[in-house]
Amino acid sequence: MARLAQIDPSPEFRGGAGAKAKLALVESLLAEQEARPCALFVLRWLVRHAGVERGFCAVVDGDMSRLTGLTGIGVPLAALDSFTLPLDDRTHPLVVALAGAEPVAFHSSGQGLLRPFDTPLGTDSFHAVPLSRSAEHGDFSPGLLLLTSRGDGPLGEDVRWAAEMLGVRLVSLWYRRAQIDERRHKRERSWLFGIINAVTDPILLTDADGRILMANAGAEMLLTADDQKSEGRRRAVALNNMLFSAALFNAEGSEQSRKELLLVDPTDGQDLLFEVLSTPVRIRIGEAGVVSILRNVTDLRRASDEIEENYRKLRAAEVEARAERDRLDLILNSVVDPILVTDPAGNIVLMNPPAERMFTVRNRAGGGAGSSTEAERRVRANDAVFTSFVSTNIFAGASRHWRGELTLIDPETGANVPLEAISGRVSSQRGEETAVVTILHDLTDAVEKAQLYEQVKRHSEELREKVRLATAELAEQNELLRRQAFQLEQASAAKSQFLANVSHELRTPLNAIIGYTHLMLEGVSGALNASQNEKLGRVDSNARHLLSIINDLLDIARIESGKLPVQLERVAVPDLVDEVMTEVEPLIAGTSLAVARSIAPDVPELRTDRQKVKQIILNLLSNALKFTPQGSVSIVLDYHAVDEEVSVAVSDTGIGISEENQSTIFEAFGQADSSYAKRHGGTGLGLSICRRLATILGGRITLVSKLGEGSTFTLFLPRRTRK
Amino acid sequence: MSQEPETAAALPPLVLIVDDVDHGREICSEYLEFRGFRVATAADGQEALDKAFELLPDVILMDLSLPKIDGWEATRRLKNDDRTRAIPIVALTAHALASAHEKAMEAGCDSVVTKPCLPRDLEAEVRRQLEGRPR
Repeated sequence: MARLAQIDPSPEFRGGAGAKAKLALVESLLAEQEARPCALFVLRWLVRHAGVERGFCAVVDGDMSRLTGLTGIGVPLAALDSFTLPLDDRTHPLVVALAGAEPVAFHSSGQGLLRPFDTPLGTDSFHAVPLSRSAEHGDFSPGLLLLTSRGDGPLGEDVRWAAEMLGVRLVSLWYRRAQIDERRHKRERSWLFGIINAVTDPILLTDADGRILMANAGAEMLLTADDQKSEGRRRAVALNNMLFSAALFNAEGSEQSRKELLLVDPTDGQDLLFEVLSTPVRIRIGEAGVVSILRNVTDLRRASDEIEENYRKLRAAEVEARAERDRLDLILNSVVDPILVTDPAGNIVLMNPPAERMFTVRNRAGGGAGSSTEAERRVRANDAVFTSFVSTNIFAGASRHWRGELTLIDPETGANVPLEAISGRVSSQRGEETAVVTILHDLTDAVEKAQLYEQVKRHSEELREKVRLATAELAEQNELLRRQAFQLEQASAAKSQFLANVSHELRTPLNAIIGYTHLMLEGVSGALNASQNEKLGRVDSNARHLLSIINDLLDIARIESGKLPVQLERVAVPDLVDEVMTEVEPLIAGTSLAVARSIAPDVPELRTDRQKVKQIILNLLSNALKFTPQGSVSIVLDYHAVDEEVSVAVSDTGIGISEENQSTIFEAFGQADSSYAKRHGGTGLGLSICRRLATILGGRITLVSKLGEGSTFTLFLPRRTRK
Repeated sequence: MSQEPETAAALPPLVLIVDDVDHGREICSEYLEFRGFRVATAADGQEALDKAFELLPDVILMDLSLPKIDGWEATRRLKNDDRTRAIPIVALTAHALASAHEKAMEAGCDSVVTKPCLPRDLEAEVRRQLEGRPR
């Protein structure tokens, strides 16, 4: 498989090349435009003129990254093609040789060789000759000649010259080639831009970080703005960039993606909707990018939105229309009055349920064949009446509405139904008469209502009359009562006056009796014998009793007629008790009774009528003394703080009062034993007066007694009497 | 009981008894004479005024319900006259109501005695009036 490079042995290889041979080589090199033949010329020339046995040329490639084989003589082509040496391995002997200016000789013995390596020469003994260096290639020569000498002898001087010639020629050729490539690239680039700019859809190439590497005119319009553009435009562009980056970021992945993107038109601020098609691409080795194509779908979307909106409106209108119809139906059906729509010929085209009741036969199965027929007859009659009403009026006048009364028959009951009918013409826009709407109003109800109203009115009037009478009667009663009250007042006054008069009239003769009796008893009319004296004494005693009765009666009358004024003042009850005790002293003296008095220390002053309290206590004490033949009488004063009451209890060990008499003892002439009372000169009115006085003062008198053992009368008085 | 102390130099006091009722006048005058007073009587208000101005009594016992001029009016006139203003007037009345007493005091009476009364009590009242009056 090892094909050998072409060998062209030449007789001149040993000796130095002549000027003629050198010139021939230079001419050959200049005539050749390709690198490879040039290298081959030089290798052949070296075999022929410089003792070279085999050799090959390796050159630095375009991006200065490695050394590759170009051509050779006596070298297997496969080995030549596969030869490659990375230049970044700066310690490699060949890389070192390439960087140097002088040829380097390598030998199998290891001289100058740090480690064994392969060359297409297949031997360790060779020479590495750098081609002449050039400014463009920096540290490196454009290439190396690797040569073996015949019989391992030294290489001739011309090797360095030939290598220099080849280097100069190769650099020259590369430079020209680069210029040609550049022009071609520029041309192709402008074509490419022409193409992508001709596409109206924005197209962008972005790197892995989202930076825009390339954009066509459409994309630049959206995404770039220099400082000369308006503020609004710059802002729109900034916004678009943000939106676009976000969309791109979200679209990350190796797959082609499609999505929608809303951007702003920087020229007029309108929203633009794009469909973005993003395709990942490889920009350079190990560097990914994305090509995005934006398709403006704004109009498309708008059109689709419009279609959708129109459809929605259509649906809404349909729903509205249906609702309107339902509402109309509902209204018609809820009206209790019959409503009918007739065509101009008088045929009924629409009616509500109340109208159906009058104009259709209902309940066909219900009423039996006979009644059904009867109902149908009535309906037909109704129809005729109604049609005649409508058609008569429709031709009668120009008025749009008319009103009338007609009588129909209830199909079910056969009863006459008086109705008021109101009809109105319905005309089309062109003025054609299209229908007549008639509303029938049942007058039966109105008639009944009118009657009912009359009835209510009558009742109301009756009621009003009754109220009037009652009021008058009440006024009369009031007047009567007022008069009666007045009369009562007058009667009361008359009664008081009468009592006063009676008292006066009784006193005058009594005065005579008492007066004359005394004149005689005093001996004014001469001396009396014992019997006369005793009898006159009886007259005197009875006259006085009569007088005290009259006085007591007068007291009661005064209390009852409210003519006993209450005079309130501060009263010390203990002092009052002492006063009473003093007054009854003569009475006590005439008995053998033990009379005791006890006063609690906390008895307060009262606000009450001193004279009346004294009268009560005096009466109670006198009674106790009178009705107690033997034993004791006590008077006890106490204060009851809770009720704010002062109590004056008069107790005796006297005759006592039986239970049945206790209830009447306070009534006038309620004395338990009248015979006893007479003996003691009581009038039988004292307790009655006491109780009345106590009541006037806001107090009360209580009694605890047992027949034969004694009694306790207790007067309770409030701390303050109110008028 | 029949002998009353009498000063030798002076006449006994004169009491004018005014009452339209005969027995009223009689009881009073008999008793007071019996008790040593001088007595004059009048049966109505006009007579009472005439006697009072004529006799200038030491005390007047005045019934109030009188014909012609009643006791209240007579009292008022006597008390409004310089000649009789100083004479004590004891009202005698069968009216037991408090209002009658007040009316009497308002008219100018010096005290009130309610009828019926014992002649003895009447005498005591007359003596009290005489004592209060400087002679």
